Amino acid sequence: MDFLRYARQMLIDGWGEQGQKKLKNSTVFIAGAGGLGSPVSIYLAVAGVGKIIICDFDSVEVTNLNRQILHSHTRIGINKALSAKITLTAINPDVEVIPITSKITSENAFELIGDSQIIMDCMDNLETRYILNEVAIKKSIPLVFGAIYGIQGMLSFIQPPETPCLKCLFPEAPPKETFPVVGATPGVIGALQALEAIKYLVGIGKLLKNKLLVWDGMSCDFKTFKAQKDPSCIVCGK
Amino acid sequence: MAVKVLIPTPLQKLTDGKDVVEAPAGKIIDIINALDKKYPGLAERLCQDGKIRRFINVYLNEEDIRFLQGEETLVKDGDEVSIVPAIAGGNF
Repeated sequence: MDFLRYARQMLIDGWGEQGQKKLKNSTVFIAGAGGLGSPVSIYLAVAGVGKIIICDFDSVEVTNLNRQILHSHTRIGINKALSAKITLTAINPDVEVIPITSKITSENAFELIGDSQIIMDCMDNLETRYILNEVAIKKSIPLVFGAIYGIQGMLSFIQPPETPCLKCLFPEAPPKETFPVVGATPGVIGALQALEAIKYLVGIGKLLKNKLLVWDGMSCDFKTFKAQKDPSCIVCGK
Repeated sequence: MAVKVLIPTPLQKLTDGKDVVEAPAGKIIDIINALDKKYPGLAERLCQDGKIRRFINVYLNEEDIRFLQGEETLVKDGDEVSIVPAIAGGNF
């Protein structure tokens, strides 16, 4: 294994050659190759995660390009997962990228996620996020939740039974809408999501467990709230 | 002294663009109703039939009020109430 590419990150306390090997031996499932999926997949790829499964059924559109930095105007009309593979392989050929062009459903999610060690929730709707949440619980793997709106966003590291599940945190989906967003917003939240995954896989630092981090870019303010298990949760409650 | 209520961006249209508003201390539901008098429409966006909508989280300082006394949770002078709607987005 060529460590030169990763030399600077291996200097981080607790990382070293062992940490880098852990990343190399990891498989990460990224649900969505859009606004959040772009920075998440790019930072996981350059960090040297061994295998990235990236899933998106949608195709690149011109209105995506203000934020979805995996894609470019030359890829309009191409499936986003396939476009992601081109970009990620170009920036780090060490990484095995498995694109999945199917829509995530409650029927196929368990199989698609396969033997991944962690799920990166980069979706655009809570219904699919709830499906990922259930699979994470069934497989006993963590899910890194991230969501954005305009110039604000939130994230949490979900790993029941140690933490609440996503349904405890947000029991119901908000009404659907086309929401405002600028590219730097998923940049902020996606980079934080990628870091949570990297910390988990390398085994360093403290994870954002039992907390909801809310970032308001308008006032450049980060707030942390307690995230609690709901004993009557229909998904993880007993 | 009063209670500070943090308003999320999508609701700031109702609060004349303010991200923080003040209300007298009291129960959460009373605070919402008091704010609705000054900023009409706010209560409807936050509540249905007197209950906070399930896709909206309300925190008293750092605590989720669902795990305190819900809408009846008492807020004291100097406390901070944060309204945090669930947001779905990321990909689209």
